[in-house]
Amino acid sequence: MDHFPTNWGRPRNDAVDLYNTFPIHQRPSNVPKDAFSAGIQHTQQPIVTGTSVLAIKFKDGVMMAADNLASYGSLARFRNIQRLCPVGEHTVLGAGGDMGDFQYIQAILDELIIDEFAAGDGHTLGPKEVHNYLSELMYARRSKMNPLWNALLVGGFKDGERFLAFVDLLGTTYSASTLATGYGAHIAQPLLRSAVEGREDTLTEDEARKILEESMRVLFYRDARSLDQYQIATITAKGVDISESRKLETAWSFAEGIRGYGAQTQ
Amino acid sequence: MTSIGTGYDLSASTYSPDGRIFQVEYANKAVENSGTAIGLKVKDGVVIAVEKLVHSKLLVPGANRRIQTVDRHIGLATAGLPADGRTIANRARDETANYRDFYRSPPPLQAIVERVGQFVQVYTLYSSVRPFGVSTILGAVDKNGPALYVIEPSGVFFGYHGAAVGKGRQLAKTELEKLKLSELTAREAVIEAARIIYLVHEDAKEKEFELEMSWIGPETNGIHLPVPKDLFDEAESKAKEALTSGLE
Repeated sequence: MDHFPTNWGRPRNDAVDLYNTFPIHQRPSNVPKDAFSAGIQHTQQPIVTGTSVLAIKFKDGVMMAADNLASYGSLARFRNIQRLCPVGEHTVLGAGGDMGDFQYIQAILDELIIDEFAAGDGHTLGPKEVHNYLSELMYARRSKMNPLWNALLVGGFKDGERFLAFVDLLGTTYSASTLATGYGAHIAQPLLRSAVEGREDTLTEDEARKILEESMRVLFYRDARSLDQYQIATITAKGVDISESRKLETAWSFAEGIRGYGAQTQ
Repeated sequence: MTSIGTGYDLSASTYSPDGRIFQVEYANKAVENSGTAIGLKVKDGVVIAVEKLVHSKLLVPGANRRIQTVDRHIGLATAGLPADGRTIANRARDETANYRDFYRSPPPLQAIVERVGQFVQVYTLYSSVRPFGVSTILGAVDKNGPALYVIEPSGVFFGYHGAAVGKGRQLAKTELEKLKLSELTAREAVIEAARIIYLVHEDAKEKEFELEMSWIGPETNGIHLPVPKDLFDEAESKAKEALTSGLE
């Protein structure tokens, strides 16, 4: 069922798979190519993708979580990918979407940080600067009709101030005390909001970690592109700490009671 | 220089009959007039120190730095024309960025020195440009361990255990030769570097100067950083002590 009313009654478009098995391969075509668009080809869709990133503010700073999976369509292709990366001394970047584009963004930011370090002027880039730089980068690329296919969360702590904001492939930005990208924006965001909103200044680090862990667990149960291995980044006045990969505790015994799932004995 | 006035020294693109390029030799003169810069490659790191002559009391302390950072793990000091030194540093930064872009890994110092050396050499080929009036000491700790190089105005470069350029280079070199560089730690080398700069300065009876020191070693996590204040002060006071006890 196509849930978008504007598509009803129109010819079917085979280039879009509404049943979520993309990336699908380009079909052979007999139609002559448009002379103008044939020369330059731009990104049409992400290929190797990461799913949700979650982030919340807490008493001492910001905490972020993302699993270690990079999917190839519905295939769980790479299971040890890091989707949280430090940017300078005060910032963590978390990415969903195309992992190739994300690694490219990391290289750009690394050069930016080195340039700032080489200046040796006693200033460092904080999360605000990194987020604004990324929003300019993403918007410039979408304006060239050649977006970097990501949804990014930027979290950090500098000069006694927490910072958490979002930017995506369109250059759209917003900020809130809880943020989530991808499937997590639908499944985890309501959980995060009810757990965090109004309590940003009292939540302890342990409580914040529990909230994220619980949300990651829900996502692993519900999101078919997720993994039970994930990392948590904590950014406080002390700096950036990205945890080792950890594993979610999950229980699947209930599955046996579901008819139509697995081998049926009667 | 007996050949001055013969016309062979007007352009870097002209050899003298005995095969010299006078413009390059004059560039070396510009280096010799500058405050001393030294580099020490030791067991676990690299230390760079500069005698920065301060030509006016009106200058803000710390202004016109002569030690610059090229990459996280690469530092450089120049002796000669300060503006040329900044050009060299900027070129070195461009080359590290290019190397990283191409190979996605931190550059070994030798790769950068080769490129910057080539850049400097090109300025000895044309009548439309003048050679760089700087000798550059580059230090790094890379995947092969500590590394130290000097690039001269001609574009040649050599690797060193200890290097000295600028006015007091002769005395500094003899002092460096007395040290067992491959047995020192970076921390010990900082003390020695400060001592040598103070000694060389005293010998020349110059005007005011500022000591500049940076290091790369285990205590900086392999990153090029200014020597921290406590160690800097310790090294400076020990250097002054060594001077007074040496004079008596």
